[in-house]
Amino acid sequence: MSSLDEKIEEAKKLSMHIVKESEEEKLMTLSVGPQHPGTGHFRFIIKLDGDYIVNVDLDLGYVHRGEEKMCEYRNYFTNIPHLERPVIHDSANITYSYSLAVEDLIGITVPRRGQFLRALTSELDRINYTLYWLAIYGIFLGHSTMFMWPAADRELVLDLLERLTGHRITHAFNIPGGVRNDMPNNFKEKCLSQINYLEKRLKEYEHIFYNNPLFRQRTEGVGVLSKEDAIKLGVTGSVLRASGVPYDIRKVEPYDIYNEIDFNVQYMKTCDSFARAYIPFLDVRESCHIIRELLDKMPESGDVREKLLSNIKGPPGESFKRVESGRGALSYHLVSDGTSRPYRVKISTGSFRNIIALPFLLVGSKLGDMPAIYWSLNYWPIEADR
Amino acid sequence: MERKSEIELKKKSLLLSKDILNSVVEKFGEKVNVIYDKRNRSKIMVDPEIIVETSIFLRDNHGFDHVESASGTDYPKEDQIEINYHLGSYVNPDLFPYVLVLSTKTSRSDPKSNSLINIFPSVEYFERETYEMLGVYFIGHPRNERFLLPEDWADIPPLRKDFRLKGR
Repeated sequence: MSSLDEKIEEAKKLSMHIVKESEEEKLMTLSVGPQHPGTGHFRFIIKLDGDYIVNVDLDLGYVHRGEEKMCEYRNYFTNIPHLERPVIHDSANITYSYSLAVEDLIGITVPRRGQFLRALTSELDRINYTLYWLAIYGIFLGHSTMFMWPAADRELVLDLLERLTGHRITHAFNIPGGVRNDMPNNFKEKCLSQINYLEKRLKEYEHIFYNNPLFRQRTEGVGVLSKEDAIKLGVTGSVLRASGVPYDIRKVEPYDIYNEIDFNVQYMKTCDSFARAYIPFLDVRESCHIIRELLDKMPESGDVREKLLSNIKGPPGESFKRVESGRGALSYHLVSDGTSRPYRVKISTGSFRNIIALPFLLVGSKLGDMPAIYWSLNYWPIEADR
Repeated sequence: MERKSEIELKKKSLLLSKDILNSVVEKFGEKVNVIYDKRNRSKIMVDPEIIVETSIFLRDNHGFDHVESASGTDYPKEDQIEINYHLGSYVNPDLFPYVLVLSTKTSRSDPKSNSLINIFPSVEYFERETYEMLGVYFIGHPRNERFLLPEDWADIPPLRKDFRLKGR
């Protein structure tokens, strides 16, 4: 037996589950990562209103290895092999600033030929890293030719590095006091011929990639980071220079022999993703020029390293040294307490400083622009997590 | 010729850092200690209560606009944690090669410090990392929470000296 009143009661109970849509529930949450999105494990959580991004939360730390803690347990030399793990393609630069910091602490200078060899490896690694980054940028925008070409040409640079240091990546070549070994006899000729070839290829890259209407459409005017914002957020490297600040550590605070090298700081004033994608390419072109100059000016013979004991002890004190890596300023803050191990090592990397711009640029843009913006930031998760 | 210009650069950088350090000491008096003044690098130690005022003064009067790095160092013997901000400038070309280390100290048992996030927004992730790795609570920072370590981390902050690596 069911009266009308009972039916109404039942309907009321049912309608309890029907909730009016609130503002919060209109948003969709999307988790990007933490599977390998190309460079390493990293996640960001995006909130979407329709096609537009309204909130971004970064979740770093999937590849955190505690490099800074590990440094406190090893001496100044045994630290080198593990310190280059955060960015294996650019390992010459990440050990470069460490070596500079240790040399500053114990007060030694590197022999002139050693300084040239360091700069040479550093520039070759910058090319190596940038070609790799360019390849992945291409594939993420659906341009598979742009994946194949730099990935293949990178092999030539790796061959050069193997001849010079003995390893394709993770060279452990820079050590406090100089470099590990001298360059082989016929290296100069080989290097020049490869660089000539690479420069020819760079012209083709520009034609097929940077002048490609599809690529330009996806990056031009997308993710604009104004000069003021770039300065405020303290970004570095290509991201900063794409926003119109001509700041390159090699120029503003020359280390080793960079004050004798004539080169231009590459910067653009358009502030968009295209500028951030184009600056590293211009840097590679400039690196080719620098390598040629280095090989030309390098002294014919001489020591390449200051001989040091393996258990060097720095006097108590601290030093802060930085270099321009493929992703911007890379600096070490070393604190010594007079023992053979560093007391504290702080690594400040370009990736860690640039990723602060990602939430800033993504909020308000369309989801489809996300890959173009993310890759233009030149971000390497492993280096950021350390 | 090259040597001469090198010496001139050195002189210029020393004069510049002297100007900055003198003006800070003049403004804040005994609360500021100059630890060292080397070429292109200087370090000042300030009292914890004036860290915000000092950084506002450095930003507005000398053009420091971002941090190159920010970190902490644990000193268990003195029962203190030192917090370092490495300040740099992208606006003032004279300051391009110069890095000023702004430091302060806090006690180890109750580590707290005023956050500089409103003066230099670039400290955001550096301070979060320092909170996690050394346990220093930054007053005024919106997110003193888990960052790089695993979500189920249940130990003391790992960059403290009494945290020992296993097997070492």
